[in-house]
Amino acid sequence: MTTAAKPRRRGGGWLKEEFGNPERRTAYLMVLPVFVIVLAVAFYPVADAIWLSLHGGTPTVTGSFVGVQNYVNMFQNSDFQSGFVNTIIFTVASVTIELVVGMAIALAINRSFRGRGLVRAAVLIPWAFPTVISATMWRLMFQDQVGVISYVAHALGLVSHPILSDQTLLMIACVIVDAWKTTPFMALLLLAGLQTIPGEVYEAARVDGANAIQRFIRITLPLLKPTMLVALLFRILDAYRVFDLFWVLGGQQLESLSTFVYQSVRVSQLQFPEGNAAAVFIFVSALLIALFFIRVLGMQTSTEE
Amino acid sequence: MVLFYLFVTLFVLVSVAPLLWVFKMSIVTKTELFASPPTLWPHQTTGSHWHTIFANRDFLLALRNSVIIAGITTIVCLFFGSIAAYAIARLRFRFKSTVLTFILAVAFFPQVAIIAPLFKQFSDIGLINTYWAAIIADTVFALPLTVWLLVAFFKELPKDLEEAARVDGATTLQAFRKVIVPLAAPGVFTAAILTFIQAWGDYLFALTFLFTASTQPVTVVIPNFAGIHTIDYGAQAAAAVVVTVPLVILVLIFQRRIVSGLTAGAVKG
Repeated sequence: MTTAAKPRRRGGGWLKEEFGNPERRTAYLMVLPVFVIVLAVAFYPVADAIWLSLHGGTPTVTGSFVGVQNYVNMFQNSDFQSGFVNTIIFTVASVTIELVVGMAIALAINRSFRGRGLVRAAVLIPWAFPTVISATMWRLMFQDQVGVISYVAHALGLVSHPILSDQTLLMIACVIVDAWKTTPFMALLLLAGLQTIPGEVYEAARVDGANAIQRFIRITLPLLKPTMLVALLFRILDAYRVFDLFWVLGGQQLESLSTFVYQSVRVSQLQFPEGNAAAVFIFVSALLIALFFIRVLGMQTSTEE
Repeated sequence: MVLFYLFVTLFVLVSVAPLLWVFKMSIVTKTELFASPPTLWPHQTTGSHWHTIFANRDFLLALRNSVIIAGITTIVCLFFGSIAAYAIARLRFRFKSTVLTFILAVAFFPQVAIIAPLFKQFSDIGLINTYWAAIIADTVFALPLTVWLLVAFFKELPKDLEEAARVDGATTLQAFRKVIVPLAAPGVFTAAILTFIQAWGDYLFALTFLFTASTQPVTVVIPNFAGIHTIDYGAQAAAAVVVTVPLVILVLIFQRRIVSGLTAGAVKG
């Protein structure tokens, strides 16, 4: 805990203690604005979305209470189903590639060599791009007539029809672009984690006769676990929320959970209640993923001092 | 060793290749743009695509809108974020971890889950189609990162100086403003860059809340950057380069700080 546990006196005694103390009063005043902003613009809308998801209606008129009917309709909606399946496929594929390749790169550049600063800087370039701008750039390269990747893929006989009009190819394209943008970043996080492992530990293991693979499994992986969990959680939740990439690179042809919600609550007013149900579904499932990491995998949250 | 450098070179090349390729697309003539097979090295260059985008009023407006939205978001985030982060890093109060958890939890929120209710609220108070709709939404989603970074920076500063100031009769707020803020300048600056990059990249909120050319940022305008019937690929390429190059320069100059800022959280995690 952050504050020393005080024995509670009469009811409300701690209230007086907290707000009677000038330093603490200042502290509350200092965190209040951010707390209010976050409550009003993030938590309240979520509560509102939950409420809306239990009612019928349109964006302008809220209809009568319908219980879980919107959720039932949502699960039967084929756009939702394909959006959900696509989101899972995308998340698993891109995060797996990013973790494996990122780890390989981190292990490779975890030593001092000439031009290391340059490599670190180059790594940040894809990360700094706004996702929609990289999606736009890659869309140009996947384009059937002007696209260099499209040309090469056709020349090698990898694809037989335009990449941007095929669901499977679009999905592969999205995974490639996501991996391009995020693998370097993953490598950077893992590299930072690797550098906190003292070299003596490896020395000792080497003296004891452990080979490279044994050292990786017995030393690197366990010691890197906290870093990996943080990186994985952030990457999984990011991929799970994917919108920009599917919307722009996919040219609105490829459904994800987020594009389903966006379409339903903004474009097609007929599906507004189902869209709200899907919004709540994304929120709750993302929360469960985060809780899984924190509770089951024992990820440390450093809210404590 | 040769293999190692080959691997590293390949890695760097793959990272920057799309930017170089799109830059090439932006400077070749239409004929070469559509040439098959594509040329690796530009032969017939032209400035016409660049001319198109800089003569396009909507694109210039969008650039200005992006700067305003991301700039104000950064300032608002840093102002409220640094005050809150100082209290969390230094002062003692109950509910500290609760408050911090609340703020950090927003990093896990799917943005799309709140756009419908926010749209309703923003229309009720007349914020739709104004910069503030995007700024407010961006601020809330940038705050977790800003607060997280600043708490880490403030904790690293020596406590003695503030205590000396307090002994000299400064209040908590004065100690914060006169001693901590100047000392923490490098950390605050790093937080500013990262917040700016995040706000600059927002697409969903701008797409949802802004409908007119006078408020839409580049992220919304560029994917649709087109003539009336066809997409002008050369101009779109040029526009993409214009939007990314400032970020690339920023990242190259401040890479050391950005890397330490980004990795601080994950490694301490």
